[in-house]
Amino acid sequence: MFAVAGVSKFEDLVEAIPAHLRLARPLDLPHSQSEMALSRELRHLAEKNRGMSELTSFLGLGWTKHFIPAAVDSIVSRSEFTTAYTPYQAEASQGSLQQIFEYQTMVAEITGMEISNASLYDGATSLVEGMIMATACSKGRKGFAIASNVNPRWREVAQTYAGSNGWTFHDVGWEAGTGARDRAALAKVLAGHAGKLAAVVVQTPNVFGLLEDLSGLADLAHQAGAVLLVAADPLACAIAEPPGSFGADIVVGEMLGLGIPTSLGGPGLGYLTTKKAHLRQMPGRVVGRTVDAEGTRAYCLTAQTREQHIRREKATSNICSNQGLMTVAASVYLALQGPQGLAEVAEQCASRLAYVRDGLQGAKIRPLFSGTPFQEEAFQLPPGSRARVEAACKTARLLPGIWLSDLLPGVPTESLLVCTSETHSRQDLDLLVSILSSAGGAA
Amino acid sequence: MPKDDMGRTMFERGRPGQRGTGALEWDIPRPGLAALFPDKFRRKKAPRLPELSEGEVVRHFVNLSTKNHHIDKGFYPLGSCTMKYNPKVHETLARLPGFTTLHPMQPAETVQGALELMWRLERMLGEISGMQAVSLQPAAGAHGELTALLVVRAWHLSRGEDRKKVLIPDSAHGTNPASAAIAGFDCVTVKSGADGRVDVDDLKSKLSSDVAAFMITNPNTVGLFETRVEEICAACHSVGAQVYMDGANLNALVGIARPGDLGFDVMHFNLHKTFTTPHGGGGPGCGPIGVKSHLAPFLPSPRVTHHDGAYGLDRPSTSIGPVHGAFGNFLMMVRAYAYVLAMGPEGMADIGHTAVLNANYLYGKIKGSLQTKYAGPYMHEFVLDGSPLKKTDLHTSDFAKRLLDYGVYAPTIYFPLIVPEAMMIEPTETESKATLDEFAEIFLEVWRQSREEPDTVRTAPHNLLLRRVDDVKAAKDLVLTHPF
Repeated sequence: MFAVAGVSKFEDLVEAIPAHLRLARPLDLPHSQSEMALSRELRHLAEKNRGMSELTSFLGLGWTKHFIPAAVDSIVSRSEFTTAYTPYQAEASQGSLQQIFEYQTMVAEITGMEISNASLYDGATSLVEGMIMATACSKGRKGFAIASNVNPRWREVAQTYAGSNGWTFHDVGWEAGTGARDRAALAKVLAGHAGKLAAVVVQTPNVFGLLEDLSGLADLAHQAGAVLLVAADPLACAIAEPPGSFGADIVVGEMLGLGIPTSLGGPGLGYLTTKKAHLRQMPGRVVGRTVDAEGTRAYCLTAQTREQHIRREKATSNICSNQGLMTVAASVYLALQGPQGLAEVAEQCASRLAYVRDGLQGAKIRPLFSGTPFQEEAFQLPPGSRARVEAACKTARLLPGIWLSDLLPGVPTESLLVCTSETHSRQDLDLLVSILSSAGGAA
Repeated sequence: MPKDDMGRTMFERGRPGQRGTGALEWDIPRPGLAALFPDKFRRKKAPRLPELSEGEVVRHFVNLSTKNHHIDKGFYPLGSCTMKYNPKVHETLARLPGFTTLHPMQPAETVQGALELMWRLERMLGEISGMQAVSLQPAAGAHGELTALLVVRAWHLSRGEDRKKVLIPDSAHGTNPASAAIAGFDCVTVKSGADGRVDVDDLKSKLSSDVAAFMITNPNTVGLFETRVEEICAACHSVGAQVYMDGANLNALVGIARPGDLGFDVMHFNLHKTFTTPHGGGGPGCGPIGVKSHLAPFLPSPRVTHHDGAYGLDRPSTSIGPVHGAFGNFLMMVRAYAYVLAMGPEGMADIGHTAVLNANYLYGKIKGSLQTKYAGPYMHEFVLDGSPLKKTDLHTSDFAKRLLDYGVYAPTIYFPLIVPEAMMIEPTETESKATLDEFAEIFLEVWRQSREEPDTVRTAPHNLLLRRVDDVKAAKDLVLTHPF
């Protein structure tokens, strides 16, 4: 091989690397392990975790555990999907291309929008991409009227990007009674920053798990010359009127849960849907339908003049690798469920939350807000009860939810954000109600 | 399959009311949607999702899958993409419930194994790269670039400097300038010299106290090691600029040289290239960044900590903040960790050696046809100049389509921009000599056809399910969702 390569020894091939810069020692890494040995080590690490198969968990915040039918992983495991690259050569990549086209169609349908891209990293970064897109849609404006009840983990990521992009966030607080964004506060922000706002940013369900009433919001945003950017839970959209019906311009969010396991939060699947009129500002890849030279239906990557490999510093986003394989998982899941199955999962989630709410009522534990929840809701426990609740939950191997005040200023310290799904049995729900009632109930 | 079934979507199959999942049990009272949601919230028209049985869904996706080229099926010489074999054990291990069922908001004491894995992988990547601190959070290479530039920006700001420019070679991946723009910098292009490497004089003329960083891919995108890397780093450092290494081509260096030792301050890794996590038809990737210690305080939060045998999380106030909602693409980290264990120091050294040998061997086999613009030897890949194809009125794209007819994928084409009609070939270290020989034969045959029967090449592909796909029509008509 060396002779064909035109050299006599390996060192000749790397002569361009100055000798003193080459590594003169073996890397300090664990010695090579057999498949058996490394499997043992990885299993050992996995066993050090207490996953949700061992713990009864009511954690949510956008990473929700749902049941995943076996057919999903059966398809996702196929190396035809896992070991393919980005479908650059359309004639040899029709499988991935058509699958992405179908994914785009389903996400657009679910959110009530016209078009979708081929995926983004996760919910938080989809919000950021939506904001970058909003600045482009508003000719470079950099102000955002952003609801304070947007998932704080997502807002933090947006904050990371804010400094370098020159973004200014104008917080729109929530109503003390309903937990929904404060309409008067929004009107004030819109009036106070006229001509400077790129987008009005809301999330539904919001961080409290409550559906936001989107009616009239698009008009308010448009009157201010801004776009309406909505972060929406795709499962909630199965039964709740989707943002598209209210005139949203950009819809973003997280698809983890729909065929995708929680996996410490990644890989998830960020989505972004929009109006066709905003295609030129849309980030990421997109697949279009066309024909081949003989008129047979075909698919290929298209509208690429937005993308980094062509537009470089003027691209709509820097994204290249996305979450392709996760769109396979979500597509198979959504195809299996169909409109009926998806609506039933959504109804199950909401009904199980209602069951918990009813149960807690007996112990005088009430929701923090009066708004309409989907599958997650904040419950107000008595002052000083947190330590007791935590101790009782530990014994029962239960993760009761997320303490909101750990994430969000301005909420009481004993507000517990509880998320239910179809995966919780009646026994799971009864256990939660019983522990919260005895450890956190009124004395 | 009948030809008229090609491209038929799920939305054109099935029948109303069909579903691929059974009804769920109601072991609790069912209040009904009307009781749960006020009318103003309720969806009036259901999304038009497919209505198929489980068997129909499976058949649909299995049939789709057969229409993909993929690395388990055949050679995939995409330059800069490092399409190496993805070991199967990684897939098994990444599916362990002890990893897949974890929630990112779980208390640290319940995810000790996951945190330990991340902590260890950070250090392994540090050792392999010669960097002193690593963050695994970025979800892809471009995300890593952006994160790294935000870290660099924060470091400059901490020194009271708000530098505005990032220098980027004309041979760079498009993600470099795109990331720099989103990180708030103005991009300045540095020319390549006659040898295909950075024109150091041009670089020096563009360096100033307003330059935050120079981003450089090493080996670069024409497969050449930047021999004057020490001089480049010294020149940048002399004006206070940081030197960023785009690690897209790290595969060539593994076990041979370490970016940290070469003088780089910061870099990103592509776990989906060098560390063989599968590409998944476009992702998910994983794009960790490595930095020298002066940049470490600014890495994304949370950071994994290890004190007294316990792993935890820390959110340093100096951090740029999080760049992902959770920890990044964790299951990709599991796969990469398994890969490093399998390789060990011995296997790691072989990666770079074999990747470099394979690339130079393959070029030696085919250089009687098309040639490179810049002289080798090359590292892990080489870039052919396709302009001689014009003699018979062909383009690199025609040549690429004809290669597909022989059951191999096409090289990366029309990149980098500094080589006309570019064809970028990266065989990787996991391909055998026999595979390289077969590909060389195919390549030379297509070269022969290009001169003797150019119409065969111009109208390729001929042997696939589809003939040439009309991408101009796609861009003109813009049918981006199924027209119901």
